[in-house]
Amino acid sequence: MKPIPKALKALNWLTGGLFLVALYLVLFFAPREAVMGDVQRVFYFHVAAGWVGALAFLVAAVAGILLLIRREHRWDGVALASVEIGVVFTFINIVSGSIWARPIWNTWWTWDPRLVTATIMELIYLAYLMLRQGVEDPDRRARFAAVYSILGFLTVPLTFLSIRIFRTIHPVVVGSGDPTATGAFDMSPRMRVAFFFSLLTFTFVYVTLLWHRLRLYRLSEKLDTLKMKLLS
Amino acid sequence: MRGYLRVIRAIVWKDLAAELRSREMMSAMLVFALLVVLIFNFALELDVRTRETVTAGVLWVTFAFAGTLGLNRSIAMEKDRGCLDGLLLAPIDRSALYFGKAMSNLLFMLAVEAIILPLYSVLYNVNLFVPGFLLVVLLGSWGYVAVGTLLASMTVQTRTRDVLLPILLFPVVLPVLVPALKASDAYLQGLEMSAIMPWLNLLIAYDVIFTALAFMGFDYIVEE
Repeated sequence: MKPIPKALKALNWLTGGLFLVALYLVLFFAPREAVMGDVQRVFYFHVAAGWVGALAFLVAAVAGILLLIRREHRWDGVALASVEIGVVFTFINIVSGSIWARPIWNTWWTWDPRLVTATIMELIYLAYLMLRQGVEDPDRRARFAAVYSILGFLTVPLTFLSIRIFRTIHPVVVGSGDPTATGAFDMSPRMRVAFFFSLLTFTFVYVTLLWHRLRLYRLSEKLDTLKMKLLS
Repeated sequence: MRGYLRVIRAIVWKDLAAELRSREMMSAMLVFALLVVLIFNFALELDVRTRETVTAGVLWVTFAFAGTLGLNRSIAMEKDRGCLDGLLLAPIDRSALYFGKAMSNLLFMLAVEAIILPLYSVLYNVNLFVPGFLLVVLLGSWGYVAVGTLLASMTVQTRTRDVLLPILLFPVVLPVLVPALKASDAYLQGLEMSAIMPWLNLLIAYDVIFTALAFMGFDYIVEE
């Protein structure tokens, strides 16, 4: 078995360091929001997790397209790794949003379109994982998963459009939003620093996890071929 | 192009002929759809006031549920009797095969709707013969079978088969179902066009997107 490559080891430490800095920025550096108080600090990691979720699903869809066009099996590993990470981070996004909503909207959950569409996105990719489980032939599994990940990603724009088409109470902090939405606020410069640094950190976390997961995927593939050899 | 259309027609014709002889799919879909409406009747207490607001929802849920039944059946039929392999061996464009299957699925779905709608109309004394609403039913059904046919040809080759189809289909088809539902509701409530247009646009956009994607993706799903 190949040891962990040096670059990945370095990335581990870098990501860990960035995360500590991000924690400091979010918890101490960023000022307390005037109306919502400390609860608002959820926002930084909430958006960052949502961003990683969307990025992960985009990567999965692109990997799917590459797999279908170039017929290279390695893209299947990228797609699977990315979807698994995306599912976890979308879950973090939903749960952290819920924690924020409890004091601000006075409820853990509301059937707001933004929340619902995020949940639908999560369900699509859970279905993706179930689809993979149902197909044994690795080649066919890769093709099916690729088609489904592309199909699933087409519904993601709905998530981001929904905030503008539907009437929603979810605040839009980045870009122009309805300032009357409950919990809307303007970012101060220090908040901006914490916010963009969180985005950057979570992107690094994503890349690190993706790399580790890909290694795991290759190892398990190797294990499968060894098993086949042994049995035949 | 003419040959392409002829292939589609041949497949649709084959499906219709098989269905006319066995009648197993239509009867199953129809009875199931009626049962769903019946359950809604008890679940929602469809009195005069509720009926006005929930009719579109009840109908679309019914169509979606009955639709999965038909989709599963229509593709499983091809697979089980080895018919799919024969079709794949034929020197025809694979996408024509997809459009043929999708067309016949659409026809079955429309046939079920053509019976359920008047029946619902009579049973609950609601006027459903609004041209705009019927157009939305047509567009929504197309979007539904466009994705549904693609996914059903996928799930039929998996271990869990019919269980998997609704799980894969429902979250993905929501961009069609939600605007169809909202537009239907708006038409039935007699809202202005300005309230309907965004939904109608979204519905048409997703119809086109899903059809294009299925057209391109079908090849990869049936290949051996």
